Amino acid sequence: MTVTATDLLLEATDVSKTYGAVVALDHASLSVRPGEVHALMGANGAGKSTFVKILTGAVTPDTGRIVVRGHERTSHSPAEARRNGLVSVYQEPAVIPDLDIRDNLRLTATPVEPFRHWLAELGLADLRLSGLARRLPLASLRIVDLARALALEPDVLLLDEITAALPANLTERVLQVVQQQGADRSVIFISHRLIEIAAICDRATVLRNGETVGVVDVTAGSEDRIVELMLGEAATAPRLREAGAGEAARKEQTPRLSARSLGDGRRLRDATFELYPGEVLGVVALEGQGQDELFAILSGAERPVTGSLLVDGQAVSLRHPADAIRMGLVFVAADRAEALLMQRSVRENISLPISARIGHWGWIDLGREGRTVHRAVETLQIDARAGSEVRRLSGGNQQKVTIARWVAAGVKTMLAFDPTRGIDIGTKNQIYILLRELAAAGAAILLYTSELKEVQLVCDRAIVIFGGEVVAEMPAAAADEVDLLRAAHNLMPGAALPEETTAGTPAAKAAVAAATDEAAGRP
Amino acid sequence: MTSAAGTVDRPSLTDRSVGAMRTVARNNAWTLGLLGFLVVLLVFTKVVNSNYGLSSLQGTATSVLPLALAAVAQAVIVIAGGIDLSISSQMALISCVAATMMKTYPGEDVAVAIVLLALLLGLVLGAVNGALIVLTRVPDIVVTLSTYFIWAGFALLVRPAPGGSAAEWLKDLVVGSLGTDLLPKAAIVLIVIVAAIWIPLSRSRLGLSLYAIGSNRLAAFRSGVPVDRTKFLSYVIGGLIAAFAGLSLTASTGIGTPVPEPTYTLISIAAVVLGGVSLAGGIGGVFGPIVAVVVLQLIRDDMTFMRVNPNFGLVAQGFILIGVLVFGSLIEMRRSRS
Repeated sequence: MTVTATDLLLEATDVSKTYGAVVALDHASLSVRPGEVHALMGANGAGKSTFVKILTGAVTPDTGRIVVRGHERTSHSPAEARRNGLVSVYQEPAVIPDLDIRDNLRLTATPVEPFRHWLAELGLADLRLSGLARRLPLASLRIVDLARALALEPDVLLLDEITAALPANLTERVLQVVQQQGADRSVIFISHRLIEIAAICDRATVLRNGETVGVVDVTAGSEDRIVELMLGEAATAPRLREAGAGEAARKEQTPRLSARSLGDGRRLRDATFELYPGEVLGVVALEGQGQDELFAILSGAERPVTGSLLVDGQAVSLRHPADAIRMGLVFVAADRAEALLMQRSVRENISLPISARIGHWGWIDLGREGRTVHRAVETLQIDARAGSEVRRLSGGNQQKVTIARWVAAGVKTMLAFDPTRGIDIGTKNQIYILLRELAAAGAAILLYTSELKEVQLVCDRAIVIFGGEVVAEMPAAAADEVDLLRAAHNLMPGAALPEETTAGTPAAKAAVAAATDEAAGRP
Repeated sequence: MTSAAGTVDRPSLTDRSVGAMRTVARNNAWTLGLLGFLVVLLVFTKVVNSNYGLSSLQGTATSVLPLALAAVAQAVIVIAGGIDLSISSQMALISCVAATMMKTYPGEDVAVAIVLLALLLGLVLGAVNGALIVLTRVPDIVVTLSTYFIWAGFALLVRPAPGGSAAEWLKDLVVGSLGTDLLPKAAIVLIVIVAAIWIPLSRSRLGLSLYAIGSNRLAAFRSGVPVDRTKFLSYVIGGLIAAFAGLSLTASTGIGTPVPEPTYTLISIAAVVLGGVSLAGGIGGVFGPIVAVVVLQLIRDDMTFMRVNPNFGLVAQGFILIGVLVFGSLIEMRRSRS
């Protein structure tokens, strides 16, 4: 590594950003050489998206220096970042749906001829520019977004999960085009698919907990190093569960919940698993593998298109969350804003499902309700001093309120979707303990988590979802983070990562195509 | 100290009641501030118009009654996250139907049946609004703008020109006072109607559900609240209260006027906002909007008395509305920052 700073096309150093108590980026750095494809890697919540937002001017960092071609640049908006030579393509296409493609180009001052050229390169030569953007399928919109970014001739192109949900043929074209960019243009490439990283990237920067923990030259076998860096040291926190307790309980009982080939016709294809009383079952998946849809179906918010659901051995059809709640299936969302009445009191928030779940309009017994709420507040140790409006509570206390409302009603089956996302470590531990206590009292708990260490910490078993299917099941004791992450990338335990994959060869293309086929759920 | 939601420690009884009072004060800070503004306005009214006294209060009460009821109807709907532009033509239609029927079928006893029928009609009009919104998913503002014209058309079909009559007991209900000038009958009617509808509502599951769907539809849905049914019922209740508003028009004028006064709708919305109900839904109550209606009415009366050019009076009203709201949101911003 004898590259001096001036040789770098982009150099970001000492970049920090905190949101309240949450540290998103902690003196992170990134250097990109001219002409390279540079992967930005990290587990969920490692700070990738914050980094991208800072580079493209969508977020202003607390500290940090960004140097492009030797000149320090500050970008306060995406437009300014573009003038500084940084253009990004986000997961959600930045295309105005009610304008036609030509007007969308005009909006961003994109020259039309280069745009057409890149469109053809990307395999959409016959796209009509006069068509409304909203008529195009999502995959085409992404391609349009990418072609537009390329037509702007950026120094640095940022691609955030560009290949997610693209069909295989388009993925292949995109990877080819990305790789063929000249020595003057660098690409920062973010993808959950290690196989794509291996196929097209030159180097990778790995983030963990907001810090840059390593820069890796991508060569044969470097995927293991990347996975290692993403995870860091193994979790050292003590285990909360007693080994084998869930195992023994499982054998004798009918499952509280049986999912048989559940699918929503889109992302979720075949979810089959069983959840027993007294256990915490972990669900592990990369983003967008169908876990959101699975939880929506189980909580009655959406109806399954395929498969069936059994509660206590009886087939059920849930038409409304009220049905699920009546069956004892209650949902705890990761995003408190989707679960709470922010301007209402702690009391109202806790009593809402209790009073609503019967579905008739009786008189509220204020005394009894008050006692129930008080009990729940005490059980969860909620600091309710600012209780007249939930939005004034801390994030951790808000999350406790969303759990308290179900505990107050007597929980049988809890569907917890990343319940510890974005809350402080002290509250996290309280929630872990609470989940174990609920399980010990006979509740069945399904816990989706984006923090892999939570599996060994809290769960009895874990299932892994990839491409809408349950691809692995393992006892939590055996589910260390490396295994889970491999399984989440649909790499079988022990199997070698695709070492022979080198860019450009027909074999590599086939491997990439096969992997993306699988991910996109196409035959 | 403590709050209605309860804290972990158990404070003594007196601490609790002091704390509870503080909580009530904090939760109703907006309405209390508005009440303070009303008192200042009353003093101001007395200064500019030394003839304004207790007997004038009942005149104010009578003229405020239809607007106050309209504002309460609007508040219920806005709290649940909707908005009803058709309120003024609902009032006109109900007033015309009642006045026409009382003319056609005279008799003080028959009038009771007619009043009940008018209330039923209010429920139906609200149900039509609610059903259209829930079933078609067309935005509330579009549906109720359309029904505004429909009800107005029906009102003209029923009564091409102002006319009809009202039963004596009905007129007697809203004019004058009960024994002392301090108790205008119109104010008592208002209190009785609002108390009979709002108090049971706010204590019931439906009441909590109204706030829930207005505050966060998704969270309410996930908590098992039947969102569509609750939305529908908010319009039905609004329709019932609008029917009382329409009847109070007949009672105070003695006739039915078919052309709706569009300002009733606009003032009801202004009063809801001024009364501390968030147009985004989920926040506020019905007491604030009632106080706001009285404030708006007094401002108008004072300007009339001071012979302010009425056109300028409108401009001034608008500025007062904006001024109060800006002032309020500044305080709110301060409060949430600390």
